[in-house]
This record gives sequence, structure tokens and C-alpha cells, in this order.
Amino acid sequence: MFRIVNKKELNSMVTLLEIEAPFVAKKAQAGQFIIFRVDEYSERVPLTIADYDREKGTVTIIFQKVGLSTQLLAAKEIGESIQDFVGPLGVATEYDGMKKVAVVGGGVGCAIAYPQAKALHEMGVEVDVIAGFRNKDIVILEEEMQAVSTHFYLMTDDGSQGEKGFVTDKLKALIEAGNQYDAVIAIGPIPMMKFVSLTTKPYGIHTIVSLNPIMIDGTGMCGGCRVTVGGKIKFACVDGPDFDGHEVDFDELMNRNSIYKAREAELTETHLCRMEKMAQELIR
Amino acid sequence: MANMSPEKIKMPEQAPDVRNKNFEEVALGYTAEMAVEEAQRCLNCKHKPCVGGCPVNVRIPEFIAEVAKGDFMAAYQVITSTNALPAVCGRVCPQESQCESKCVRGMKGEAVGIGRLERFVADWYMKNCDEMPEKPAPNGKKVAVVGSGPSSLACAGDLAKLGYAVTIFEAFHKAGGVLVYGIPEFRLPKAIVQKEIDKLSALGVEIMTNMVIGKVLSVDEIIDDMGFDAVFIGTGAGLPSFMGIPGEALVGVYSANEYLTRINLMKAYLPEYDTPIRNSKAVAVVGGGNVAMDAARCAKRMGAEKVYIVYRRSEKEMPARLEEIHHAKEEGIEFHLLRNPVKILDNGEGQVCGIECLKMELGEPDASGRRSPVPVEGSNYVIDVDTVVMSIGTSPNPLIRSTTKGLETNRKGCLVVNEETNQTTREGVYAGGDAVTGAATVILAMGAGKKAAEAIDNYLKNK
Repeated sequence: MFRIVNKKELNSMVTLLEIEAPFVAKKAQAGQFIIFRVDEYSERVPLTIADYDREKGTVTIIFQKVGLSTQLLAAKEIGESIQDFVGPLGVATEYDGMKKVAVVGGGVGCAIAYPQAKALHEMGVEVDVIAGFRNKDIVILEEEMQAVSTHFYLMTDDGSQGEKGFVTDKLKALIEAGNQYDAVIAIGPIPMMKFVSLTTKPYGIHTIVSLNPIMIDGTGMCGGCRVTVGGKIKFACVDGPDFDGHEVDFDELMNRNSIYKAREAELTETHLCRMEKMAQELIR
Repeated sequence: MANMSPEKIKMPEQAPDVRNKNFEEVALGYTAEMAVEEAQRCLNCKHKPCVGGCPVNVRIPEFIAEVAKGDFMAAYQVITSTNALPAVCGRVCPQESQCESKCVRGMKGEAVGIGRLERFVADWYMKNCDEMPEKPAPNGKKVAVVGSGPSSLACAGDLAKLGYAVTIFEAFHKAGGVLVYGIPEFRLPKAIVQKEIDKLSALGVEIMTNMVIGKVLSVDEIIDDMGFDAVFIGTGAGLPSFMGIPGEALVGVYSANEYLTRINLMKAYLPEYDTPIRNSKAVAVVGGGNVAMDAARCAKRMGAEKVYIVYRRSEKEMPARLEEIHHAKEEGIEFHLLRNPVKILDNGEGQVCGIECLKMELGEPDASGRRSPVPVEGSNYVIDVDTVVMSIGTSPNPLIRSTTKGLETNRKGCLVVNEETNQTTREGVYAGGDAVTGAATVILAMGAGKKAAEAIDNYLKNK
């Protein structure tokens, strides 16, 4: 069992949990992910590692309540435990030779963009962070991102905080203004990563995206997480989750991620029963 | 006097149209009377050809003679002197190509039901002598076992009995390997696997789940930092192959590994589990092995109206156990033989709506000795399906070999071992099962685990 030692609601939809997992914390690096399972009846769900503390032996995950499993996870309180927490899985992000980087985060993707920026910042790399949100109510990690960036740009779709516009608008403007980026690291919803990649392509800027497809084991065994990269089948769990954004077939990925949408809606309805059951068990 | 009936005593089974709607075990096993009667069919041949047909040389006529006498306990002792997992092997071994293929009775009529008798003896023991083993006195040495499938369970068990402190590292949340994620409940009840694992725990074996070796820990850390004196790698052949045909990325295409894991390990067939799986009406399973039969029969039980096996050779070349092919047919699985998929069709919304196949003819035998299929040009046709399960084979996972120095592999990615000892190209590191052989059988893996345990014991005794 893996105990929750800290919990924060970052906004109405996004939760931060710090979880005791010494083996994971010992090895975790930016870009890698874990798979959690709340209890015996739950799915196995991958989440990219947001932070880790090797001394405390803890790993931080930040996630949006999008389906049954993430809702069950978000319902756990400090001191409670979850059944399974395995990692670090996947290949860590490669920063070799980077001197100036733009890190682009979209929505809850900022939870993963932030540790990337932090790692680069600590290596002495010049980091411009562009963080995009739909509106001011869902902005997360603003101060944290600001602290680890050379320049920080906050964008909202409706202009309710920061600048009005998409992250791609800002990225293009920065490139056009003469900023020479060795790489762009984009983490967020699939359409955002797709459009960031399209934005950087004409400039030939190396663009790294972090994919989060459906998977079971995270060790290359189920093949559920296969993505087409440069015309070849890759397994995001062992070959990724980072890939060259100019090579990824984003439309295919979006389609594959929709496989259980109908069922997910159904499950969300049953979610209340599950919550009820968990509560009952606690009372007992 | 031997029972000269040319046929095996039939084993009771659930009726096909009943069992293809549930996940309970298909074959129900012999009663004691049936077992004794079947055992009397054994001629107790002096030259014991059956024993040579068994990968672990179970002393078959000897245990069958005990069954015939009604001394099931003695029979169990004989079997378990060489087979650590009789309840499993009795159910999943391809007896018709192993022990039973050599049976003298098979020349005129059916071979003795060796597998059925083995299963009976193991089940009888489990039911009647259900004592857990006692933990032996520790000998002060530690062995790590990576993976918890049949080779690892056998290796861990033998070492624990010799007093080694054994720790099993399992990547999934549950131990058992292919016995729990791959082979379905209706063919191998998970309670049987759990019992084997409980026995290991009673022997003092520690099982650590969620430990992906090669990621969480390396083999070197296991030896250098954690102080293990030897390591056994039994990580199987878990990496699924795809065909590389158009449409394999569509929604509705699964590897057999994913499909079976969702159903068997993640219990998608039980309402209390959250595991999602496609609600399929028509399923094509590509392949002709046991895994393909398992996937097809699972699909039927999950409610698919039509389930097809698409296999590029003829039934004779199918690697699946005869019994599985027979059961699959009885359950209403339709076989498209000598057919090779060339394309998976898109319904326009990114979902599978059919599989286009090409008819094949058998040509000359290939390297495997099986006649290789040759396509018939222009014979394309479409089977309407909404789900395709690819069951065309697996290969060993690279996670360990790519993170461990000095481990040699062959060009298929299988670990190279000394055939006598199952030691890898690194001292103190042993391997067995599919990680060494590529996808093979439970009994071969179990045998390799036992062999490695013996070699590890010799190595550590002299170290």
C-alpha cells in the first residue's frame, strides 16, 4: 500500500497528491511516469511524475478528475493509502546540449511542464515558460513556474488572466522576435501538442511532446499505448513517453484515446455508488 | 488386468452452449472412480516411452500405478518429485504432443489420459491434504527471482525448500505471470495459481509486486546494493507482435496480451471491476496458438455474437492444444483457415468495421518443418467485425537485457544460458522459461526453473 502524505486541490478539477513510494522516488527523473491503481477493483492508470523527494521517499502527482479512476484517487485523503503505485516508467527526457528552451504547458499539462522547466532551470538552461489555460479559474502552479523560468508568459483563452490568446500565438511571437530555442518542450492536451508542433515545424526547432495514451502494464507488454511516430509503431510506455512532435501522428492518438469514452460516461454515473461503498467501508 | 477400452474415460465438462457464457472451468475433472478406471488403461510398459515425452520426466507409469491402486497420496509424491505445478500442468500441458504422443495405447485407440490423471491427483491432494508447507531453517543466503510466472514459481519453491531467503519481484500488482494475466479462468482457475503462491509464502518466499526490474531496480542493484547472492530471471516473453498491416492502430484492435490482461488479470468480465473493454459484437482473432484460442473463447464469453479465428495455415499446423481447438469449435468459434489478414478496415470514424483477408495455399515446408502458406492472388474477401485481436506471437521484453551489463542475448532477444545450469553469461545470474526459449510452454518453463534452482544451489554451496 502507498500512503498519501500531502494533498492540495489546485483548482476545482485538479488535485495534487504526494505519495510515499521510496523505490519510485529513488529513481524518478523528469519525463517519467507512474501507474496507479486505487484499489482491487480499479483500473491501472498512467500519470507523469510531477515531482519527487528522494530523501522523504515521496512522489508528487498532479491530475485532473476526468474519469472514474482519477475521481476515486482524488477522493483519497492524507493518511489514506492506495493499492498500487509503480514506477518510474518510461524514458527520462533528454536535455543534452540544450542552452535555451521554451517549455509550453497547457491546462493540467502544466503539472508536467513545471518539473521540466525546473530541471532545465537547475541545469542553468535559459527557460521561457508559456502556460495556457482556458480561464483564470483553472490556473495552476503560476508562482512555481514563474520561479523556474527566465521569462514566464501566462495565457488564457478568454484573457481573464495574463494575456489573451493561445500558447501557440505566444510561441510564434517569441520565435519571430528572434528567440533562438534549441528545443521546445510541449505538454498538454493532444490538440495543443499537435499545434505547437505545427508551429515550430517551419522553423525546424526540435520539439518534444509527452504522450499519455491508454496503457495497462507500462512495461511494453500490452501494446495498448502504441503510437505511430515517423511512420513506425512505438510503445509510449517503453519508447516514450517523450517523442519528436514533428513525427507523431496526433490524430491517430486522439482517436485511440477515445476508445472507452462511452463507457467512461457510464462509469462516472456508477462512480457515486463506488464512493458510497468506500465511505461505508471507512465507517465500518 | 488392464482396462483395454480403446478410448479414454471421458472427463465431465460444462455443456458448450452453457460454458460459452460463463468463465467457470470448462473441464470438471475425473472422480476417483473414473481416475482409477482410466489408470487401469496404463500397460506399465517397461521402456516407459511417455516419460521421455515429458519435458520434466515425470515418472508417469509409476504415478499411474499408484492411482490404479487408489493410493492418490503416493501418486502425488511421485509427480511432485519432478513437477512443481501438477494442477497447472495437468490442465495446460499439450499432452497430445508430449507424454501422450508416446503412449503405446495410442497406437490402437486413444493414449492413456495422462494429463487428466495428473490433474486428478493434484486436485485430490489440494482438496484432501491441504496443509501448507513449513518454513525450513534459513541457510543464510538470499536469492532474487525476477518475474512470477511458472519458471519463477518453480525456482523460488525449490530454493525456499533448501532454506534460501527468496524474494520474488513482480512487475504487475499480482503474482502469477502468464498464469494470471494470460490463461483464462475457464481453463486454469486462479484459485489454483493462488494456492501455489500461498505455498511459496508459507515457505517464507517474499513477494514484492509493482517492481519492474530494469526500471525500479537494476539487476546490479539487486546484487550489489540489496545483497542478493544470486538472481534468477524468469521474465517470460511478454512483448506482443503486430502484423504491420494497415489499420492496426484503429480503435478496436488489441494485442492478445492486452485483451487477455483486461479480462483475466483486470477481471473485465466481473461487474464490480472498473476495467473497460470494448463491447464487441463480432471479433476476429488472428493466430492459431493457445493464446488465440483463449482470446477467441474469452470474446465469446464477453458476449460477442460472432467470433472468428483467422489463421494462415491449416488446422494441422495450428500450435494450439487439440483440446483447446476442439473446445473452441464446440463453443461456436468459426475457423477461417488458410487465410491471412492484409488490412483492417475503418468505419470512417477510426473504428474497426472489418478485416480483409487473402486466401492461402500450403507450399513447401519452411524452417519450422511446417508447410508455409502462399497467398492466392486476387482471393481477397472481408469479414465484418468490430474488433480484431492480434495473437501472432510475443518476444522477450528488453527491459532487463538493456539495463544489465554482460547479459548476452540471441538475435531474437532471448537470454543466452548454459544448457546444463541455466546460468546466463553473468556469474550468479540465471534465467529460464520464455525469457530464454521465446514463447513456449508452462511445463518447459517450470522445468527450467527447477533446473536453475538446482544450479543456483550448487553455485552458492560452493561459493
